[in-house]
Amino acid sequence: MNALDAVRSALDSLRASPLRSALTMLGIVIGVAAVIAMVAVGAGARDQVLRQIASLGTNLVMVGQGSVVRSGVKLGAGTASSLTEDDGIAVLAEIPGVTVTAPSVRWGLQVVAGNQNWGSVLFGVTPDYMDARDWSVVQGRGLSDEDVAQANKVVVLGQTVVRNLFGGGDPVGEQVRVFSTPLTVVGVLGEKGQNTQGQDQDDVILVPLSTAKRNIPGMAKSNPRFVHTMVVKLADGTDQEEAQAQIRDLLRQRHRLIEGQDDDFWMRNLSEVAATRDASSRALSFLLAAVAAVSLLVGGIGIMNIMLVSVTERTREIGLRLAIGARRRDILMQFLIESTTLSLIGAAVGVLAGVGTAMVVAGLAGWPTLIRLDSVVLAVAVSGLVGVFFGLYPARRASRLNPIEALRHE
Amino acid sequence: MGPHRVQALDNVSVEVRRGEFVAVMGPSGSGKSTFMNLLGCLDRPDAGHYRLDGQEVGRLSSDALAAVRNRRIGFVFQSFNLLPRQTAQANVELPMVYAGIPRAARAATALKALAAVGLDSRAHHRPTQLSGGQQQRVAIARALVNDPVLLLADEPTGALDSATSLEILALFQRLNRAGLTIVLVTHEPDVARFAGRVLSFRDGRLVDDRHQVPEEAPGLREAVP
Repeated sequence: MNALDAVRSALDSLRASPLRSALTMLGIVIGVAAVIAMVAVGAGARDQVLRQIASLGTNLVMVGQGSVVRSGVKLGAGTASSLTEDDGIAVLAEIPGVTVTAPSVRWGLQVVAGNQNWGSVLFGVTPDYMDARDWSVVQGRGLSDEDVAQANKVVVLGQTVVRNLFGGGDPVGEQVRVFSTPLTVVGVLGEKGQNTQGQDQDDVILVPLSTAKRNIPGMAKSNPRFVHTMVVKLADGTDQEEAQAQIRDLLRQRHRLIEGQDDDFWMRNLSEVAATRDASSRALSFLLAAVAAVSLLVGGIGIMNIMLVSVTERTREIGLRLAIGARRRDILMQFLIESTTLSLIGAAVGVLAGVGTAMVVAGLAGWPTLIRLDSVVLAVAVSGLVGVFFGLYPARRASRLNPIEALRHE
Repeated sequence: MGPHRVQALDNVSVEVRRGEFVAVMGPSGSGKSTFMNLLGCLDRPDAGHYRLDGQEVGRLSSDALAAVRNRRIGFVFQSFNLLPRQTAQANVELPMVYAGIPRAARAATALKALAAVGLDSRAHHRPTQLSGGQQQRVAIARALVNDPVLLLADEPTGALDSATSLEILALFQRLNRAGLTIVLVTHEPDVARFAGRVLSFRDGRLVDDRHQVPEEAPGLREAVP
């Protein structure tokens, strides 16, 4: 019996009970569809993160104020709040390759406009910050050096804040209040979407650094020069590791930290963020692979079950085939091909369902999806193997029937 | 071999000549089924010899026996054993599938075999669309399609009414007159009278081997039904 005849005969017998065949395939269909859809969503998300990081540039280093307990060591004046605007000036002046240092303070607060209010995050920044973080201005203007120098009571709003306070209308020239301070809206930021941590980057209000320090209660620290974070931008081609080590040494020196003492600041760059994301997406992939494996296993058991039923039901047919000249391996192949055909048709349907699901997810949830050809090939190949593996036992059983007894079977 | 070993056949020696029409009779448990299974190469003798068409087949491997069954023996069963979802033609083609004959040649040979049993017009019918007699004729066409040296029929009329049984027996007689060797197992003397020789088994022994003038089945000389 040649392979073509065997496949034709397998299709015939699967067609004989279409509902049963369809139900048997369901496990494989779900397993394969899950793999394809999940990989598509995962790959899409990863692709998006990579593009976000690329758009931000990997030559940014974030430095933040640490929360290190000073364990009884008395430090000199000027170190109560560890990170200062002067650190930024020093880094820019002394570390080669640094093109911009943009200090900022941040404060979560309530913004009020007319009878509307919205909880957002205020950043006290300099124009350099807007440049370093790649903020664009779509309406009005951005913050200027003059705003910072004179501590002007002006504010630039993120899109989310505009939407919630002004319902999307033009806010430029309007007044908003934070605590009791009225600020004039001078501009609106372009949309950025979510950052790599999934936070809404458009839910911000930017004010001049000096304005923030002067008008926000709670920012009146003993050191008026303190900042929460600063963005350090490196020139293209700068060795990031090297620059980070130099920044660290400089800051430790400026903060008068002795050997063995922990840093009182933190530092990270976007490639570290990317690595974290990568690790978490690997963990997710592992989880999905486990789900898919379980589903394919269950699908395989379903196939084995139905093939055993089929062998029993068709005992007389097997007896007849043996009597008229089928060899044992013909019978073995017939049932193996049947189980593999079942699993491969299931895989094909699963691929279509998975691609469809990915497209629906992309359309409805707005998530980016990316169909990975390797996931399709892998899912189909594994399904084929599942069909062979779980078909083997029933097929062996069929091929070992005694023709005399099989022909007598009722 | 366990303690309950049963000797189904004991010291049986039979020679069937080419072109004979032999009826095998005996009550159940007489050993006639075992004799039939040996003759059909479905089973191998624990001791003794079986020569089919000059070849010793009693010691062949399972695959070699499958080939012998495929090329040199045709089987007809009481319950027809047609594949229910296949057409008459596909059923008749089945032995040729295992003989490795290409598709186009199979179709032509199957149609010729169906014509020989008078069913060429029903080639595309499924077994459920055929009467019992027609189903048995499809089964006979299937048995003939690889041009066997021996046709083995196990109670071929057991599931048919008497008129249809006579039609089938007439078909057997016509095939036999054309030169086909037939061994037919039955427990009905009414069927055995159409054979030229009757073997009677009892308790695993051959108790009677009788040649006779076969009664001519009605309709034998008519055209193919």
